[in-house]
Amino acid sequence: MIPIFFRPRQAANDPSTSGQDFPSDIGRRNVIKASAMLTGVLAAQSAVGLLAPSLAWALDVSNLDQGQADTVQALAKTLFPHKGLPDAVYALVVKDIDGFAATADGRGLVSAGVRNLNAKAGGDFSKKSLAARHQVVAALIDDPFVQKVRGTCITSLYDNDMAFAHFGYQGEAFSKGGYVFRGFNDLTWLSNPPASASPPVIA
Amino acid sequence: MTQFSLDDDSVVVIIGSGAGGGTLANELCQKGVKVVLLEAGQRQSSATFINDEWPSFKQLAWTDKRTTSGNWRVARDFPNLPAWICKTVGGTTTHWAGASLRFHENEFKARTTYGAVRGANLLDWPITLADLEPYYARAEDKMGVTRTNDISGLPGNNNFKVMYDGATKIGYKSCSTGRMAINSAPRAGRGRCMQLGFCFQGCKSGAKWSTLYTEIPAAEKTGKLDLRTEAHVSLIEHDSQGKATGVVYFDAQGKRKRQKARVVCVAGNSIETPRLLLLSASGKFPNGLANSSGQVGRNYMRHMTGSVYAYFDKPVHFYRGTVMAGIIQDEVENNPKRGFVGGYEMETISLGLPFYAAFLNPGSWGPEYAEFLDNYANTAGMWLVGEDMPQESNRVTLNTAVTDQYGLAVPNVHYDDHPNDIAMRAHAYKQGEAVYRAVGAKKVMRTPPYPSTHNMGTCRMSERPSDGVCNKHGQTHDIANLFISDGSQFTTSAAENPTLTIVTLAIRQADYIAQQLSQQAI
Repeated sequence: MIPIFFRPRQAANDPSTSGQDFPSDIGRRNVIKASAMLTGVLAAQSAVGLLAPSLAWALDVSNLDQGQADTVQALAKTLFPHKGLPDAVYALVVKDIDGFAATADGRGLVSAGVRNLNAKAGGDFSKKSLAARHQVVAALIDDPFVQKVRGTCITSLYDNDMAFAHFGYQGEAFSKGGYVFRGFNDLTWLSNPPASASPPVIA
Repeated sequence: MTQFSLDDDSVVVIIGSGAGGGTLANELCQKGVKVVLLEAGQRQSSATFINDEWPSFKQLAWTDKRTTSGNWRVARDFPNLPAWICKTVGGTTTHWAGASLRFHENEFKARTTYGAVRGANLLDWPITLADLEPYYARAEDKMGVTRTNDISGLPGNNNFKVMYDGATKIGYKSCSTGRMAINSAPRAGRGRCMQLGFCFQGCKSGAKWSTLYTEIPAAEKTGKLDLRTEAHVSLIEHDSQGKATGVVYFDAQGKRKRQKARVVCVAGNSIETPRLLLLSASGKFPNGLANSSGQVGRNYMRHMTGSVYAYFDKPVHFYRGTVMAGIIQDEVENNPKRGFVGGYEMETISLGLPFYAAFLNPGSWGPEYAEFLDNYANTAGMWLVGEDMPQESNRVTLNTAVTDQYGLAVPNVHYDDHPNDIAMRAHAYKQGEAVYRAVGAKKVMRTPPYPSTHNMGTCRMSERPSDGVCNKHGQTHDIANLFISDGSQFTTSAAENPTLTIVTLAIRQADYIAQQLSQQAI
């Protein structure tokens, strides 16, 4: 088992960020210290699974309890319900909200927000169906906690290598010579524009 | 590196090193004029640019605090980021996409052509296309604009193929890879386009023109340029005769410095330029420098903009290759039968996944939105950009309730869409959707305006001193040795991307300043 195995991109220079070469003993120590943990297994044949060094993943959480961590993940999956996007990507939102909850103000916002969601859901929000959760979120969309998680999703969900693989974005291009010989004009389901509109590449 | 003394009052001080300031600096240095170029940002290079959207944004964008007001949607979506422009050597020429189109003759005569438009502060430019044509030609040669000077057009990418197919199917006649200041073949010591797809993040191949690696090193070679980076100007000073005498700036260590000057040229882009004139208010000029007309900060224009994205049942990979890979120009002519005056361009655009998620429809959530993002690899996109109406109340002012890291009042940017802007946007959205539906789009999205990349008009040029801030050379009506050298000069916005015209005006202004200096007129 490994911690979240792709580095969140915005923290690329942060040595404390879990990476593929994260020593396993430190990983264990963090698991023991953690107050909650999210785990999962990637689908072997998914875009992300094909790239991952291991299919099992785990995220330890320090400032949220298990119920809060599960609720944040369920909220992210309700806000942006992507077909087939692995839970490991949604777990990155939990990781960032966990960081946000390191301060008393952040913790306060999370506990109040989770309470509101559960109250509106009439039980454990994270255990409800997607349709039921959607209704709860629609009713609470202006709640500051819901807005905090929504805003966090924009960077946490879509700015990492797993998301790039899943959505089909190839990211950094310069080190690979750009796309001039790598498919910038490889679309074949339409006819090509005439050279007067789109001249050939100059050799 | 050349260094001039802080007490040297024979230098021309230029504030800002982008399209206007960077070009003006080089043009003056080539004529032997001593220039101190003050740039608030750091110096990057093609080697340090980053092919990664958020880290690049942090590296290049101007993120000092700003505030917003007005009914434009940017004020809701990005209340502290009214503009997406840069704080770095080269300014926003590091970020621009490269589209280089001349303004049309009638666009210099907006008041005459469109007549009186209610609520709009329209005015004809004090210059005509004929005045600018020789300077446009010099700018196109300098920048290496494709389809001029026997330079081949760029090859179109997949995003362009979709645009072209749809444009042709709905009967548009004028669609091509356009005129771009991006090398289609090596030229002027710069390589050709590698189709990286990161035009907005600083061009790592150097194929796209930027003052950072063209004008500024050329100026440095003359020995006449003293470029000071991380130099944030807070004040322009004047003497009792009302002549500019120099500027005060904070250096990289936050120390206040005073540079004397014979001439001061302001090119901080259309938010910082009026802000600096307003911050420089004095006993003699209580409403700010060069503001006897009361027009400093007013008539802020940002172009009518919006985007249309569409996804298909087959792959496009629109992020590969030049961001503005092609253009439709059929809607650019003034044709009031459409329900608005002025016209607009349709230009391809693409965003990497991180920015696509952030900008597609800010604030959106839920299954439909997620489904649109799910189809990222099958998506094509275009940006709509057209003339917006100058309004006196659209305005950059000082927000004295909020201060920046130097304790200076931040600029507030107020913008209300004019009914003409709204009518044009509705038309442009409809036409953009029609282009993609003709190709068989599964779904289309009308994306609201991004933070403004085109900022214009806050110190506009006018024939009469009562109508504007500067004359046809960018020289302020009130202070003969104070010049406006960026897009703030624009009397009206026209429909075209502004950089080529900013560069053109800077070349022309350099000729004028050199002549005025040699005649001892300033």
